[in-house]
Amino acid sequence: MNEFWIIFTASIVAINAALLGAFLLLRKMAMVGDAISHAVLPGIVVAYYLSGDKTSVLLLLGATLTGVIAAIIIDFLSRKVRIHGDASIGITYTLLFALGMIMISTWMKGNVDIDMECVLYGDIALINLDKIMVDETLYLGPRAFYVEIVAFFIIGSSLFFGYKGFKILAFNEDYAKSLGINTTYWHYALMTLVSLTTVVAFEVVGAVLVVGFLIIPPATAQLITLKLKRMLFWSAAFGVLAVIIGYYVAIWLNVSITGAMVSVSGCLFFIILLVQRLIKKLTILPSPKL
Amino acid sequence: MTSHQSLKKVQTFIDFITFKDPNVIYVVIGMVCITASSALIGTFAYLRKRALIGDAIAHSLLPGICLGFIAAGEKNMFYLFFGAFLTGWFSTFLVDFIVNKSKVKQDAAIGIVLSTFFAFGIVLLTYIQNGNYSDQGGLNQFLFGQAAAINRDELILFEVILAIIAFSIFIFYRAFILVSFNADYAKSIGLPVKFIEFLITSLTVLSVAAGIQALGVVLMSALIVTPAAAARFWSHNLPRILLIAVAISVFSGLVGAYVSYVNVATPTGPWVVLVLSFITLISFLGSAQNGILASYLKSRANKRKILHENILKTIYHYHENQQHIDQLDLTVTASQLLEIRLVDTDQLQKGLERLIQMDLLTPLNSGYQLTTKGRVESRRIVRLHRLWEQYLLKRTSIDALHVHSGAEAIEHILSPELEQELERELGIKGIPKEDF
Repeated sequence: MNEFWIIFTASIVAINAALLGAFLLLRKMAMVGDAISHAVLPGIVVAYYLSGDKTSVLLLLGATLTGVIAAIIIDFLSRKVRIHGDASIGITYTLLFALGMIMISTWMKGNVDIDMECVLYGDIALINLDKIMVDETLYLGPRAFYVEIVAFFIIGSSLFFGYKGFKILAFNEDYAKSLGINTTYWHYALMTLVSLTTVVAFEVVGAVLVVGFLIIPPATAQLITLKLKRMLFWSAAFGVLAVIIGYYVAIWLNVSITGAMVSVSGCLFFIILLVQRLIKKLTILPSPKL
Repeated sequence: MTSHQSLKKVQTFIDFITFKDPNVIYVVIGMVCITASSALIGTFAYLRKRALIGDAIAHSLLPGICLGFIAAGEKNMFYLFFGAFLTGWFSTFLVDFIVNKSKVKQDAAIGIVLSTFFAFGIVLLTYIQNGNYSDQGGLNQFLFGQAAAINRDELILFEVILAIIAFSIFIFYRAFILVSFNADYAKSIGLPVKFIEFLITSLTVLSVAAGIQALGVVLMSALIVTPAAAARFWSHNLPRILLIAVAISVFSGLVGAYVSYVNVATPTGPWVVLVLSFITLISFLGSAQNGILASYLKSRANKRKILHENILKTIYHYHENQQHIDQLDLTVTASQLLEIRLVDTDQLQKGLERLIQMDLLTPLNSGYQLTTKGRVESRRIVRLHRLWEQYLLKRTSIDALHVHSGAEAIEHILSPELEQELERELGIKGIPKEDF
């Protein structure tokens, strides 16, 4: 049963991340996603420090705000301060992550809920310690699972109702502007959703590895399809596939579950890339002989 | 804080700077080598706009370190470093491979490579932790950095790396500059661009691999990007940028090392990054040439100058309407000025007050009168405006309807030399009339 809940929860993390990651990737903002996932750390630590509870709704929102602030700082640095895009990402996320680390090492000494290891790869094996019970008998599953489900509905409905906006922003921002669409609004809507995803995923997969869930499955999907809807489907599918295979690999080798999931995800990407190259070579090579 | 505690703090500080603890010498020299090497080579990575490649390399060192550990069976520094160098270098190769062979963009490729390698590193790390290795306690230090752990052998390694990097930059200085600023041009004059890029990448991997123990995997990329970004605000001259970047980086490294030396449990990396970011913040706020504050002040001064000159011009217009331009000594009120030229009332009021302070106007019976200095200035600006209008009319085929707006902008920036040039060109003395 434990096994089922872990795979199920991680799958929803993967689906949430993959759906948003696809839009990030198309906007060529993959590393902004990486930056946000690191930058929410101080928000999470402050939230936890104030409430002593990792799942308080108000404070989850507070931590989400930190991610959005990071996106604003990156935007500001690259537009107003003339530090080019790459460097402004590097500067912003290292600063916020460093702040988070310092908070953990000074305030959270000896705390088991938020420590360095948790930041790196989450507590996925332990999510069942925090259960939702009804009448102390009926077991409904781990709390993290329900947090993820709520996040899934928020992300799913935002993408469903805002599909056209996100789509046009992803493919042609200038065209969107010329139609009179407020691209800033859609940009920050996307950043807020990405931030929310990384905040709720923190407990399960940590702050550093969540970027593997955000970027790798959509990039794999991008290799095999050009249509956005198919890309979204395949992103989610590759994410879930990596979760399932990764889990059993981790159990087999007795290693970090999250680490194994992202490793498998990366392997899937490289396998598909290499197979594609191979097919291309095999199909193109014979033709010059004719 | 009691006096005893503060005394103890002072004592620790003195211990630190006088190297009472021999380990402190290792830490200090080690930090200087690490921070100087990464700032030097990082500046070129920054100029090549490949700042995030340092991020990919840093994350990719983790599996290399773990593999080195597994191969050696213990914490043998040379195995660890060699493993780190291999995977770090392999990661840059993979990023280029993905970008060249698929439609995945560079930043996504960096994200894919760094998260896959890092995840693999975590897998290996947990594998080692669950295995039968006795000496694995220190591996965690590579995640967040612990400068205090620098020992004598590593010190030699760091010194060698700094020497290699400094020497390479010295030898290939011209080539590095050309490849960083304009790789196409470098190729066209026959430089081996591929080789130079390979060299820069390898040196970057070396410096990141050296820094990983002190800074940690996640934060090491800051040492590549941030010093260069901060130094850019202080100079446009590359040797100076390199020096400033090294100075900033070394200072942050030492402060970070000191703080984590005092609080034994805290990792070094975050403190170094915090100091580094703080210096960067000061740089882009306060830099005299390019800083935000400087450019804000510049733009404010400019706006004020334009407002003042427009007010003086309007006063001249008023005299022109009253046919009194020879003396320019009428008293004019703010509302009379507003009738001629519509400007924001608040702005006008503030501008008038500043003109009084500058001794260009004197207040007189609820109005304003030009001083002698003000008359000269007012004539000068009107003259520039009309000279330019005449120039546009006579020397270019711009319609009379449009010459005013052109002159309105240029009058504030025409230099005395250009004024003379216009005078000679048009053969006009004094202030021309607007008779078109």
